[in-house]
Amino acid sequence: MQAYLDQLMQGGAFAGVPREVVYAIGMLLAAFIVLSAFVAPLAGVTSWLERRVWARMQSRVGPNRVGPQGILQWLADGIKNLLKEDIIPTAADKKLFSLAPYIVFMGFLCAFVVIPFGGHLIVADLNIGILYILAVTSLVVVGILMAGWASNNKWSLLGGMRSAAQIVSYEIPAGVSVLMIVFLAGTLSMQGIIKGQGWAPWDWYLFHNPFTFAGFFLYFTAALAEGNRTPFDIPEAESELVAGYVTEYSGMRFLFFFFAEWGNLYVIGAVATTLFLGGWQVPPLAIFENSPMLLAVAQFVTFFLKAYLWVFVAMWIRATLPRVRVDQLMSLCWKYMVPLSFICLLGTVAFMFVPANGQRITSAAMFGLGVAITIIFFLRVGFQIRQAKPELYFKPHI
Amino acid sequence: MGVASYIKDVTDTVKSVFEGMSITFSHLVRRPMTIQYPDKIPVPIQETLPHRYRGILEVDLDICTGCLACERVCPITCITIGIDMNKETKQRDFSHFDIDICKCMYCGLCSEVCPTGSIRHSQEFEGASYNPAGLVRHFAPQPASLYKPKKGGETDPKLAVKVDIGQKYLDEFATPDGGAAAEEK
Repeated sequence: MQAYLDQLMQGGAFAGVPREVVYAIGMLLAAFIVLSAFVAPLAGVTSWLERRVWARMQSRVGPNRVGPQGILQWLADGIKNLLKEDIIPTAADKKLFSLAPYIVFMGFLCAFVVIPFGGHLIVADLNIGILYILAVTSLVVVGILMAGWASNNKWSLLGGMRSAAQIVSYEIPAGVSVLMIVFLAGTLSMQGIIKGQGWAPWDWYLFHNPFTFAGFFLYFTAALAEGNRTPFDIPEAESELVAGYVTEYSGMRFLFFFFAEWGNLYVIGAVATTLFLGGWQVPPLAIFENSPMLLAVAQFVTFFLKAYLWVFVAMWIRATLPRVRVDQLMSLCWKYMVPLSFICLLGTVAFMFVPANGQRITSAAMFGLGVAITIIFFLRVGFQIRQAKPELYFKPHI
Repeated sequence: MGVASYIKDVTDTVKSVFEGMSITFSHLVRRPMTIQYPDKIPVPIQETLPHRYRGILEVDLDICTGCLACERVCPITCITIGIDMNKETKQRDFSHFDIDICKCMYCGLCSEVCPTGSIRHSQEFEGASYNPAGLVRHFAPQPASLYKPKKGGETDPKLAVKVDIGQKYLDEFATPDGGAAAEEK
């Protein structure tokens, strides 16, 4: 981004305008484009897709009225929420109450700064990229706590407190899992981590050794908990807390919380892809050498598909698992995930002393294990279908 | 907590999540049980309902004996039956037979106690109305005579058909194991 602006200024554009002003306007423009052209439609379509996937897994149809197969449902929901009255309770702390949704939103949106959509398609390749993501996504907890406190409502406050406890606890396994990859890659930069991997699955850090393989699932579980996703959505457990910290919110402010939740899903998938799944790495084919544009598109599509696969898995988990209790949530984190993630970290560190030949054999073996698990999984799916003898319907539309 | 039980907890969690996710994934390729409600489908929607579906109550007044068993058994008294003496024919007549669908909770007790199977659940479920009074079903708009079962079976062919339908309903639907009995047939 900065390099492009420098190029323009050298070409004589923006003569007489201070350099800093050009940078600031350029950054704002980039943020606006990213927000309106990518993040907003992505979060919206994710909300629709989640409802459809969820419905199919529960033998229902799901929203299918607005647009073809209901794909414009998110626009209808957004417009409806814009037109709703924005109620601020009399007893609420008005300033904090109005501010909280934007802090949550900012916490998730800031993560997009360092997400590497392609080899050159990144807003800023910070040299502390992954640390930056861990830091800014923690801003969400400030917003949620603020919303819970400012609502002046016992459900909101309980939801906010639970959320704070949950996010702070699950930062530890997530951070330790990230640390594994930082040790292996030797860098905190998102692009540097991706460049440390290859396009082939056996070059990914996921299959590097048994500990990173386990670490990936620890990271994904912890990230789900940090994103307040089912089965860890106790801050907004509707059976206990009405809607948790969003109880008093209405209209667009309410929508901002859910915007952040669905957008956050993509951030989770993108970070998992960057750290463990080789990011945007594509096979070095001959056609990419001559056309950098095609290469950029291929990299973007690869990254997007890999990241969206994990968005789908998050939807799928939401359709599968019931919500855990508060004590179960805490014991899962402190008694199981924290020790296991430290074991994985030590194992990865020990594994770095294995000679390169041994590492290559382990990667191949781990890749074989991954394929075997996938095959067993689909055999189980086949078994479930044979058991129930249902009427099959493979089309995605109805 | 021993090491063995700790490891067992972890493996149990992984296994059960794996199994659960295979079940939900298999649901992804199954045909949904529900349909979008007002959409047109090849057959009338009432025909796709399950056997023994408890829809809105209907009464076949031609075979109703006026025993009032349904009125007495109804837990929320949504059935009101009036029986008067007709002075001309010296017979007892229904003055009214009303069921308030607003109140009905579809428990099915009335259809179980009915001796002739004249009160029964239809497959009808679309009961929308602009006012609650529109949901009161009047089954005797004008005074109608009571049905008297004849010894040795019904001789009137018109009524015989209705008696058979009522008896079939009693056998197949309004008994505790009715569904199983109907499937065996």
